[in-house]
Amino acid sequence: MENVIIPKNTTDALAFNRPIVEDVEYTTLNLGPTHPATHGIFQNILKMDGEKIVSGEQTIGYIHRAFEKIAERRPFYQITTLTDRMNYCSSPINNMGWHMTVEKLLGVTVPKRAQYIRVIMMELARIADHLICNSILGVDTGAYSGFLYLFQEREKIYEIYEEMCGARLTTNMGRIGGMERDLSPTAIKKIKDLIYNDLPKTLAEFEKLFNRNRIFIDRVVNVGPITGERALEYGFTGPNLRAAGIDYDVRVMEPYSSYEDFEFDIPIGHNGDTYDRFMVRNQEMWESMKIIKQALENLPEGPYYANEDHYYLPPKQDVYKNMEALIYHFKIVMGEIDAPAGEVYHAVEGGNGELGFYLVSDGGRAPYRLHFRRPSFIYYQAYPEMCKGVAISDAIAIMSSLNVIAGELDA
Amino acid sequence: MTNQQIAEDLLVKYGENVNSFEEPWGLLTFTTNRQNIISLLEYLKKHETFRFNFLTDLTGIHLPDNEGAEFGVIYHLHSLENNVRVRIKVFLSQDDLHIPTAIPVHASANWMERETYDFFGIIFDSHPKLIRILNIEEMDYFPMRKEYPLEDATRQDKVDALFGR
Repeated sequence: MENVIIPKNTTDALAFNRPIVEDVEYTTLNLGPTHPATHGIFQNILKMDGEKIVSGEQTIGYIHRAFEKIAERRPFYQITTLTDRMNYCSSPINNMGWHMTVEKLLGVTVPKRAQYIRVIMMELARIADHLICNSILGVDTGAYSGFLYLFQEREKIYEIYEEMCGARLTTNMGRIGGMERDLSPTAIKKIKDLIYNDLPKTLAEFEKLFNRNRIFIDRVVNVGPITGERALEYGFTGPNLRAAGIDYDVRVMEPYSSYEDFEFDIPIGHNGDTYDRFMVRNQEMWESMKIIKQALENLPEGPYYANEDHYYLPPKQDVYKNMEALIYHFKIVMGEIDAPAGEVYHAVEGGNGELGFYLVSDGGRAPYRLHFRRPSFIYYQAYPEMCKGVAISDAIAIMSSLNVIAGELDA
Repeated sequence: MTNQQIAEDLLVKYGENVNSFEEPWGLLTFTTNRQNIISLLEYLKKHETFRFNFLTDLTGIHLPDNEGAEFGVIYHLHSLENNVRVRIKVFLSQDDLHIPTAIPVHASANWMERETYDFFGIIFDSHPKLIRILNIEEMDYFPMRKEYPLEDATRQDKVDALFGR
């Protein structure tokens, strides 16, 4: 920070600094399960000394849907719909991550064009995820208008999803072996409009509203800081880890889906506070736009799915005329195709961090065991430590900037 | 730093306590026992070249046919400096589902161990708060074990032979 804006020390202003005494009677406050500021269903039982949080305890699992158990009975392609419902702010990333895990197990190589389309959709999803997180942080600190501006752009991203797969929230996008359809001219036009015109304008406007805004900076600088070492111990990944100064990004460390073809920067912060998390997310959106531009410019020609009869549904018109196509169609839809036995871990960079899929197959039609490494679930356990000794209004800002998604938390 | 080097180093240090080395999709996988798992995690974290400082994932698996080793606890470690992952497995007999907690080495193990307890009933000794995390506390079974069928057991119309497991 330059000297222009010195963050106000809220602890002095509110005479917070009296020590925590054991025999004082504290107030217990239930933040959640259905509190608007939690943005999802999870509970925080806070022990309060006036406005100051003495300690906190979380209860989660309110929307646990037993995805790992359900997955043990479903054919591989039907599990995609379960992954939608984890981080529902960026479902395409979850979908593609799952497809890539299965492709790794099956040994399928996806054509370049499909990989590029996947990159475009994943980066759009990342933008949608960060748009929500940052604009909601504004709402939680009392600035509502930024939220309205950004949600216009999010709506346009959802229209692109609609064009690609017909759905908006729970996308079920892509198939094992490629994409279910090619980028249509309408989709390309919509993506270009968004990336070259609408989003940069709105995002620049949003940044003007927030980045150097005195009120916003007072609310977020030095709020909920976490050091790099502590963040690593707590299993932070994604923007929250990068805000603490550690440049770990799965897209760069273990490139998947041709990420090695693109040139982009990994923004990092250094305090790990709410402001750094906000800024890292903002900057990541610009980087995502850079990736999408490169992918659109260099979009290779060719098929958008792998030539794998056993796993990729044949074109519907062939099913009526062609015996083999009919057989494969039936076998795939009924889940009659066995996958090879094996043990795979595949990770993608989700909206909140490393989204991992640990898949154990015993050679059957469904996974023997499937475990989702859900970033929010792992880093949310640091929350009581981060909000110890801060005011309740700051605790809300911290939670908002961590971007805890209830669906991902509970699986 | 290759998988071969890690495996050789561990064999020198731990001898027969590390075994079943595999490399599925290039990810070094091996098995150890519960007496050595914590010291192994600590050794890998503090090692001057390996530096496995990040616990990516901790989960369980139930293998009912694997007699004497029905339950597994699976650790995924990541060395962020070298960008290498390893997978460590510890197998437990269903009569004695105890394993020491990894929290002193990796603080992030806390909830992941609670989750593993919640779904498999594996008891992590000296865990500060080993209670259910996603399911309700009144639940009296461990749902991810294979003996609990997903479908209602009284239904006759869904036969495993037709609808898979």
